[in-house]
Amino acid sequence: MNLVYAASACVAIAATVMVITRRNAVHALLYLVVSLLAVAVIMLLLGAAFVAALEIIIYAGAIMVLFVFVIMLIGPRNDTVNPRTWVGPVILGLVLLAELVYVITSGKATSVAVKEVTPRQVGIALLGPYLIGVEVTAFLLLAGLVGAFHLGRRLAVSLGRKGD
Amino acid sequence: MIMSWMWLIPALPLLGFIVLATLGRRMHSAGVAAVGTGSVGLSMIASAAAVWLFWVSAPPGGSVTVTLWQWVSAGSFSPSVSLTLDALSAVMIMVVTGIGFLIHLYSVRFMGGEEGYSRFFAYMNLFVGSMLLLVLAGNLLLLYLGWEGVGLCSYLLIGFWYADPENGRSARKAFIVTRVGDVALVVGLFLIATNLGTLDIATVASRAVSTWAPGSAIAVAAAALILGGAVGKSAQLPLHTWLPDAMAGPSPVSALIHAATMVTAGVYLIARTHVIFTLAPDVMMVTAIIGIAGVLVAGFSALAQTNIKRVLAYSTMSQLGYMFLALGVGAWSGAIFHLVTHAFFKSLLFLAAGVVILAMNHEHDIFAMGGLARKTPYTFWTFLLGALALTALPPTTAGFASKELILSRVWESGSGGRILWVLGILGVFVTSVYTFRLIFTVFGGKPREASPSNHPAQGHDEAHRGALKEGLAAGRDGRQAGVIMGVPLLILAVLCVVGGFLDLPRTLGGSPFITRFLETALPAGNHATEMPLSTDSILQIISEAVSLLGIPVGWLVSRRAVRIVTQTRAPEARPGFVRFFSGGMGFDWLYDRVIVRPFLWLWNVNKRDVADRISDGAGGLNMLFSRALRFTQNGRVRWYAAGVAAGAALVIAAAVLL
Amino acid sequence: MASVPFEYGLAVAAALFLLGLVGVLVRRNLLFILLCVEIMLNAAGLAFIVAGSRWGQADGQVMFIFLLSMAAAEVAVGLALILLLYSRHKDLDSDALGVGSVQDEDERQRLARRGDA
Repeated sequence: MNLVYAASACVAIAATVMVITRRNAVHALLYLVVSLLAVAVIMLLLGAAFVAALEIIIYAGAIMVLFVFVIMLIGPRNDTVNPRTWVGPVILGLVLLAELVYVITSGKATSVAVKEVTPRQVGIALLGPYLIGVEVTAFLLLAGLVGAFHLGRRLAVSLGRKGD
Repeated sequence: MIMSWMWLIPALPLLGFIVLATLGRRMHSAGVAAVGTGSVGLSMIASAAAVWLFWVSAPPGGSVTVTLWQWVSAGSFSPSVSLTLDALSAVMIMVVTGIGFLIHLYSVRFMGGEEGYSRFFAYMNLFVGSMLLLVLAGNLLLLYLGWEGVGLCSYLLIGFWYADPENGRSARKAFIVTRVGDVALVVGLFLIATNLGTLDIATVASRAVSTWAPGSAIAVAAAALILGGAVGKSAQLPLHTWLPDAMAGPSPVSALIHAATMVTAGVYLIARTHVIFTLAPDVMMVTAIIGIAGVLVAGFSALAQTNIKRVLAYSTMSQLGYMFLALGVGAWSGAIFHLVTHAFFKSLLFLAAGVVILAMNHEHDIFAMGGLARKTPYTFWTFLLGALALTALPPTTAGFASKELILSRVWESGSGGRILWVLGILGVFVTSVYTFRLIFTVFGGKPREASPSNHPAQGHDEAHRGALKEGLAAGRDGRQAGVIMGVPLLILAVLCVVGGFLDLPRTLGGSPFITRFLETALPAGNHATEMPLSTDSILQIISEAVSLLGIPVGWLVSRRAVRIVTQTRAPEARPGFVRFFSGGMGFDWLYDRVIVRPFLWLWNVNKRDVADRISDGAGGLNMLFSRALRFTQNGRVRWYAAGVAAGAALVIAAAVLL
Repeated sequence: MASVPFEYGLAVAAALFLLGLVGVLVRRNLLFILLCVEIMLNAAGLAFIVAGSRWGQADGQVMFIFLLSMAAAEVAVGLALILLLYSRHKDLDSDALGVGSVQDEDERQRLARRGDA
């Protein structure tokens, strides 16, 4: 199992590196999808099958597709990156990485046997103690929906199509 | 009995000042004159009464002290406001209030119609009040208060016609140069206060005698510093350059402040603290040298002046030199007597000169005057009497008596005294020459027309000036221009004639009234009878002959000068030595080069000085930070995100490390 | 399932998160920035899962679900905004779209001066 774990971790990290260094938007997108899949595998290995599935369905399946739609609408925008601008953020990132790793590993190492958490448990938790969170999420989604719809109407107007 | 109302003597003029300063603008000019002159007049009556009572009652210790209140009470230093009336201050208050009253009376008419009439009398009253405080002070701190007060009034009155910036410059020059002396005096007072623990004059005298050894460094230092203060106030070398320029003020001011009273404050100070000076014989010698140097420098400078008041100014400086010479050889009462007689004849000369100036439409150049003996006879005769007193010639006795008192003491004062005596005689000669040069130029020769008005102030009341000009130029002079101006001249002239009887020399009978009177305050010394009468007589004959010799020499010099001027040679064409003398023997030039210019250079260089740089640096640092921090507000979203990330890094690091 | 040291999982999440952060800081195109934000969100979610798995509770997954829905809403609105911006400015460069800064002004002036000289 550790091997699979390590392999998917490497794939995730490598794919993410590719995401942030590609010029072509579509390429970056696709690499991101790969990364998401690798992360889903990791989640599976950690016993969270439900969210692994959710990750693929919603994250890779819906959100990335949204991105694809937008790229389709706008047209391929290529982003040129000056190599010089990498220096600062990379250093910053490395510093932060070092700090986080230090914090993470400073506690005692724990290895507990992985227990699978079934969707049933998740469902009970959602509709039990986290009920309010579910309701709020509903609000959030409604807000997102309304906002996107409203902005879409303005977009239709500005693009010159006759709105209804 | 004097004690209960002695405080009125300085208080009345000060009260006059307050009234005039607050209400003067709204008062009628007659009221202003009444208050201004009346306050001094009342003070004069009070002084006369006080002196009479003092003389009659002969209080023990020779002095009456009134302590008004405790001024400062700081530990062991507790000077009080106390007034002391002894023989010395009695003489001084009579001079100040008497001559002050006459000059105030004269100014009623002289300054009539001037804008700032009430301001003038307010300042004059303040001056008289401060001077009285100075001479009546029983405490050196109170004396210094009066000292500063008269310095302030001198500045205010020299620059009275403030519209002309030159007058302001002269006033500032006077103030600054005397300031140098004042600093020396203050340091001297500090020295005395810390060393002897008191500033009360009588206590200082007794403690100094008991604790300071003669010739010790502390006595020399204290005496030298007091001398410094006196030198500044009395316009002696090297702090004398302000007196000729102080003539920018009105003639009554020159008469009162720069002839009779303020400039004699230095002489008074040294006489008052003579105990300290007798403990430092070297300083006394320096005083004598400064005195005789002043006599000669001022005398020669007076020979080349063209401004009538400047001649009199240098003459004042020269006569003050005689007083310092007297102080330097220990002839304390001689110096004070000369102070009194000098007040008589010098103020007479200044007041008469004021009439002359008015008659010539504010003309000050003596070569623009002439023949006034016939045009203004009254003024001529009074001026002549004053001049005769100055040169110690008959029929006036005042100048003669006092000068002989000084010169005979000088001759007796040891081997150096002979040299000083010779130089003193030279001074008598020069005095006579410049005096008669002045008289022959102004009053002799052909009459000249009055030139158009060159009044020192601008924006003056032309109508009034015109009326006065007509009155005077048409031949009416002091007497008819106003009894008010003529009476003081008359009184002073009479005093010049008879004043000598206050202390006639032995050779003429001897009536050492003043010396005896002052003995309670100023030791007369016991060398007065050492010189044989015959030597005394010969010396006096010599000095009289020298003085008489000055008359024809003065006449010759005056003729030549007038001839030169009427042949319209430009002033720059005068011979070099004449220009040298006319410029006060180069002292102004020297001070300008050595002191003023380097100071201005330093000021220019240091314009952005260290303190400025520090405060600028604070501002500059601020701007530096601002410029650096500006970069954080660049509108780039990624930059802000980087800021957030960096902050997170810092916080985690802080949490981890701390 | 075998035991997996959970520190590795958190470290992977941290690495992914920081990669996303670097991406946000480096890229200029708004679309890419949004993409990198998604990476960061995903990494955070992974961290939650790891934590939940450690304790064997459903809480981690619940948090991930919330996070997912939030990301979805955010992407929807964000992309709509990007489309609007693009339609107005025809440019998705975040620097160009940003509020004018002092340095930009200085640079513009310097370039103008150099152009004149």
